[in-house]
Amino acid sequence: MSARRGSSLLAITLLLLGMALSASGQGPQRGDEIRAQDRRSGYSFVSPQTQAMQDDDLANPGFLWVLEGQELWRTGAGAAGKSCADCHREAPASMKGVAARYPAFDARVGRVINLEQRINRCRLDQQQAPAFAYESRELLALTAYVGLQSRGMPVQVAIDGPARPFFEAGRAEFLLRQGQFNLSCAQCHEDHWRQQLRGLPISQGHGNAYPAYRLEWQTLGSLQRRLRNCNFAVRAEPYPYGAQEYVNLELFIAWRARGLPVETPGVRR
Amino acid sequence: MAKALIRMPTEAKRGEVLEVKTLISHPMETGYRRDSMGQAIPRHIVNRFVCTYNGQEVFRAELFPAIAANPFLSFFTVATETGEVLFQWTDDQGNIQTETVRITVV
Repeated sequence: MSARRGSSLLAITLLLLGMALSASGQGPQRGDEIRAQDRRSGYSFVSPQTQAMQDDDLANPGFLWVLEGQELWRTGAGAAGKSCADCHREAPASMKGVAARYPAFDARVGRVINLEQRINRCRLDQQQAPAFAYESRELLALTAYVGLQSRGMPVQVAIDGPARPFFEAGRAEFLLRQGQFNLSCAQCHEDHWRQQLRGLPISQGHGNAYPAYRLEWQTLGSLQRRLRNCNFAVRAEPYPYGAQEYVNLELFIAWRARGLPVETPGVRR
Repeated sequence: MAKALIRMPTEAKRGEVLEVKTLISHPMETGYRRDSMGQAIPRHIVNRFVCTYNGQEVFRAELFPAIAANPFLSFFTVATETGEVLFQWTDDQGNIQTETVRITVV
């Protein structure tokens, strides 16, 4: 009898301990269950050949866009006739680390914006030029060029203060079951990332290589294009380019990828 | 035509084997696809690449529709004398992209 009482006491103690742990937020949160030591860039899920393409700046077609971005950086535009370089000088110095902290809250527009939108804000406000369209060659080129300046630096976005509600909305988006397949991002990229889907490994769903050259696209593409692909894959209707839902999701997945190196412009299958 | 990237040594010893890598921006439209209106998209590919070293052809390639966009070509040649290495891509629309790299041979 006393042995039985002892074991039930132990069970209750463990139960209470478990409750206390979850109440104090010690346990992993849904959407962030991959431990830091298990966090792996999409780079580790692609073939050695694709990795070799990314590793060699001359074999990496993303550098064609970088080259174009470098020219655009120095080219005046809009009614103001200003170039990026007129304000920001040399990108390798002024843009170092910028891509690693985007998406970020922008006080002027009162919401979280991504790097593409930040570039377009400069177009509108400083250069007084029309915004570049999403997935236009120019916007991808400038984003890749700015992104390259943070290559190798750890992804580190701010999620506190004014960014918090956007971050929480991003998490909700990550956990939202969508489409005919009724799947959330987390079900593939958190619960099953060690496994295979149609013969290919499922990645952890990090965006640290974007804008990236995808062999399937035969071109450079934004993270939002990739997210739209995931929406199509679960037969959900994608949001339009630039939708706040995607920006929030970009912020959440950047936080999920914290510490991984920026690989822009990466190469993916 | 478009942007091209070339990597090769600009200084070498006579007789040294040089690795040359080239990458050019091109859509490489196969000619087998149709647009949203059902109209055939005409073929538009880089069909020929030539590399000459001081006027002498050292590498040539014929390209076909199965080759991916932004073709990457890598080959080897031997450093013979100081001079110019000329790269030339020709596409279906008759555009010719030419790039040159100067090499010093000691």
